[in-house]
Amino acid sequence: MRVTTSKSTAPEVAKDASMLKQKEMMAAHYDRLSNANENGQKVASTFVPGNLNELIMCFDLVNNLPEVNAIQSGLRRQSGAYVMEAERNGHSEDVCTYVKSDLGMMAKGNIGPNGKRLPDPDVLLLSYTGCFTFMKWFELLREQYKCETIMMQTPYMADGKITKNMIEYMVKQLKEDVIPKLEKVSGVKFDIDRLREYLRNSAKAEDDLVYVLQAAKNKPSPIDAYFGGIYYIGPIFGAFRGTKDAVDYYRFLRQEVEARVAAGLGPVTPEGEMGEEKYRLVVEGPPNYTNFRQFWKMFYDEGAVVVASSYTKVGGTYDFGFRHDPDRPLETLAEYCLGVYTNRSLPMRVDMLANYVEEYQADGLLINSIKSCNSFSAGQLLIMREVEKRTGKPAAFVETDLVDPRYFSAANVKNRLESYFQMVDQKRSSGTSGVAA
Amino acid sequence: MRTFIGIDLGSTTTKALLLDENQDVLGRGITNSRSNYDTACRVASQEARIDARFTLFRRELEATDGLNEKTNAFLAALERYFRLEQFLEQLDDLESVCISQVEGERFAKIETGVKQALGEVFARLRDEAQDMFGPDATRKSDFFRDIAGSRYLSIAEEVARDADLAYDLLLNVYDKSIITVENRPPSGGMSAKFRNALERIQAENPDFAGAFLSHIERALDVELEETYLVGTGYGRVTLPFSKEHIRSEILCHGLGAHMMFPKTRTVLDIGGQDTKGIQVDPKGIVENFQMNDRCAAGCGRYLGYIADEMNMGLHELGPLAMSSDKPARINSTCTVFAGAELRDRLALGEKREDILAGLHRAIILRAMSIISRSGGIADEFTFTGGVAKNEAAVRELKKLVKENYGDVTINIDPDSIYTGALGGAEFARRAVDVEGEGVAA
Repeated sequence: MRVTTSKSTAPEVAKDASMLKQKEMMAAHYDRLSNANENGQKVASTFVPGNLNELIMCFDLVNNLPEVNAIQSGLRRQSGAYVMEAERNGHSEDVCTYVKSDLGMMAKGNIGPNGKRLPDPDVLLLSYTGCFTFMKWFELLREQYKCETIMMQTPYMADGKITKNMIEYMVKQLKEDVIPKLEKVSGVKFDIDRLREYLRNSAKAEDDLVYVLQAAKNKPSPIDAYFGGIYYIGPIFGAFRGTKDAVDYYRFLRQEVEARVAAGLGPVTPEGEMGEEKYRLVVEGPPNYTNFRQFWKMFYDEGAVVVASSYTKVGGTYDFGFRHDPDRPLETLAEYCLGVYTNRSLPMRVDMLANYVEEYQADGLLINSIKSCNSFSAGQLLIMREVEKRTGKPAAFVETDLVDPRYFSAANVKNRLESYFQMVDQKRSSGTSGVAA
Repeated sequence: MRTFIGIDLGSTTTKALLLDENQDVLGRGITNSRSNYDTACRVASQEARIDARFTLFRRELEATDGLNEKTNAFLAALERYFRLEQFLEQLDDLESVCISQVEGERFAKIETGVKQALGEVFARLRDEAQDMFGPDATRKSDFFRDIAGSRYLSIAEEVARDADLAYDLLLNVYDKSIITVENRPPSGGMSAKFRNALERIQAENPDFAGAFLSHIERALDVELEETYLVGTGYGRVTLPFSKEHIRSEILCHGLGAHMMFPKTRTVLDIGGQDTKGIQVDPKGIVENFQMNDRCAAGCGRYLGYIADEMNMGLHELGPLAMSSDKPARINSTCTVFAGAELRDRLALGEKREDILAGLHRAIILRAMSIISRSGGIADEFTFTGGVAKNEAAVRELKKLVKENYGDVTINIDPDSIYTGALGGAEFARRAVDVEGEGVAA
C-alpha cells in the first residue's frame, strides 16, 4: 500500500505506509521528550551506536539522542544556522557537524523538530567510545548541563573479535558504574526481569529488520537499503528498541516488504515507484541530510538502487547474527556495544563491504565520505581500493557532509555519480562484448 | 557523409569536434562558454564544421594534385578570406544593432550626430579589416569580441573627438550591442561565404583560384550529416540533449586521451573549474577517478584570477614563470586568498616571475594529490585541458612526476583542449556503429 502525502509548499511526496507509521512514531517520541518535564519524567541523553535503550527504559528515563536531533535539524534545513551559531561560539570549521548542530541548537533555545523546547538532560550516558568526538561532545554537554555523566568504555575491535575479557570488562562497568548511577539519577531500582522483557522485544524486532534489509538480495530489490534504509533503522536505532511499538512496526514493515517481493516491485522513492533497476550499489558512509532528497534523486533518476549499506549497521550489525539475548542480559548489552559497525576495525569493514558486493550481487561500491567526520573518513580510500581489488567491481568516491549544507556541492556530486554509473555501464559492456561503448 | 559530433561544454570554453566514420578528426571548433551554453554550443559546432570543410578541401586537393606549397598557400588564402567574410558579416550585424540603440532621451538632439559617428567608426573598421586578415597579419584572438572590440574602442575615441561627441555615448552603445551580436546564433550560408572568399582570391590572382575551383566545389557539395551527437562538460545538463546524448566528462576525457595516445593509463585534466585524475584500462575505459571537491583551488580559473590580479594575459603567465630560477614556496592554492597572497609577496619584494613559478608549482602539487588519490601514475601518462598549454605548469609536472613515479612517458597533445570533445565524438560514433551491430553500449 502506498499513500501520497502533500504539503502546501512542496510537491507531493510518495511514502510507503511503513514510512508514514515511522514518521508518526518519531513525532510521538519528540512529543514525549518535550513533555517529559511536565510529566515528571527524567531524560537521558545518549548516542546511537551502542545505545542502551532497553537499560534506559528500565529506569523510566526518556531517551534523547543528540545525533538524531542533528539529523532532524539537517532534514529540516535548520542545521546550517545551528552550525554557524556554534562556530560563532568558538567551534572550528573542522569539528563534527553533528556536534555543532547540536550545540548551535542549544544556544538558540534547544527547540526540537516539533517546534517545542527539548528538556535538559538529567543524565548523560555515553555507552560507546569508538568515536573520540563523542567523548568531547559529552564533555561539552556536561559543562553546559552540569548533570551526572556516565562514560562507559567500549574496547575497540582491533583484532576483529570480541573476547571474554572485553565482555567482562563491560559487564563490570555496567554493574559497578552505569546501573548504580542510573538508579541514583532516576530513583528507580534496577529490575533485571524488566530488562529481559525489553530484550525479548528487541530480538523480535531485530529478526524482522534483518529480513527487510536482506530482502534487497532480490532482483529487483524491493527496498533502497540506504535512503529508504534510513527510515527503517530510525525506530530501532533510537528510542524504540525494546518496545512493543518497535515489534509492531518491524512486523508491519516486514509484511509490506514481503508483499513487494511477491509482486516483484522495486523501492518506493519520494516520486513514487522507482523505474527499472539499472544499478545495484553498496554504499559506505552516512548520507547527506541537508540535501537528502536531492541526493537520493541523483540515484533513482539513474535507476540506481542501494542494496546494502554500512550506515544501516551503525546501530547494530544484526545481519551477522547478533540478537539481544534475554538470557544473558548484561553480557548481551556488552556484545551489542562491541559489535556495532563503528567499532569495527578497517579490515573488518573491508570484509563486510566486499561480502556485501558479492552477496547482494552489486555492481560496485560507492563511498560517501563525510568532510567533518575524521574518525570514519580516515582510511576510506584504502577500503575502496581493497574492495575493488577483491570484487573486481568498480568503486567510486563522493564527498559531502552530515548536516553542514555548505559542504554539499550538487553539481560536483552529480558529476561524480553520473561518471560512476556510466563507468559501470562501460565495464559491463566491455566485459560482455569486448567492445567499449 | 556521416559525422559524429562531440561537444564539451566547459566552464570557460566550449569545444566541438567532428569525427568521420574512420575515427579521423574532421574539424574542431572552440568558443567562449559565456553564460549561454546554447549559443556556445552552436558557435563551437559551426566552427568545427568550418574546420571540417577545410579538412575536406585538403583531402580533395591531396587526392588530386597532392599537397604542395601552392595548394597550401591557396588554402591559407581561402581561410583568411573566409574569416574576413565572417568578420564583415558580424560587423554589419554589430553596426545595425548599435544604430538601433541610438534612441530615447539621452540621444535627443544628437541622434543624427551619433549615427553619423557610428557610420564613420564602422566604415573605418571595415577598411582595416582587409589588413587584419592580410597574409602576414597575426591576430591575438579569433573571437569576434576580442578582434572587433579593441579596435572599435580606439577608433570610436578618435571619431568622437573629431565630431565633438562624448566618447561614453559610443562606448555605451557598443557595450549594449556586443552581447546581442555575440550571442546571436551564427548565420548559416557557409557555402556562400566560401564562394565569396573564392571570388576575392580570384580577383587577386585569377589563375590561382581557377585551378582549384572544381575541387573546392566538389568538397563543398559533400553534405556533412550530423549522424549522432554527444555532449559533455558542466553545461551538458542545460542543453536540449536527451539523456542518451550525454556522457560524463570523466569518461569522455578518459576515452579522448586513449584515442590521442592509445597507451595512456593515467590522465590528468586541469580544466577551468576542476581537476581530474583518471585511470583508464588499455581500451580507454575508466577504472577509477578522483576530482577536486567543493573547492576549485588550483584549477585553471585560479590562473585566470592570478592573471587578472597581475594585469596580464592568461597566456603570458607561463612564459614569465619560465624565466624564474628561484620559485617562491607557496602552499595555498585557494583562489579566494590568491590576491592577498600575491600582494603580500610583492610587498615583500619577491620577483613576479618567482611568485608565478611558485604558483604553478602549487597547482601541480594539488593535482598530484588528486592523481595519487585516484591510484597514482601509470605509464603512459597524458596531460590534458587548458592548463596543459602552459609551459610552466608542464615543467613543474614533469619534475614532480619524475620525483614521485620515476621515468614515465608524458603525453601532451597540442589539441589537448579537445580531449573531452574527442571522447564525446567517439562515444557518438560507437552509439551508432556499435549499437547498430547489436552490441550494448
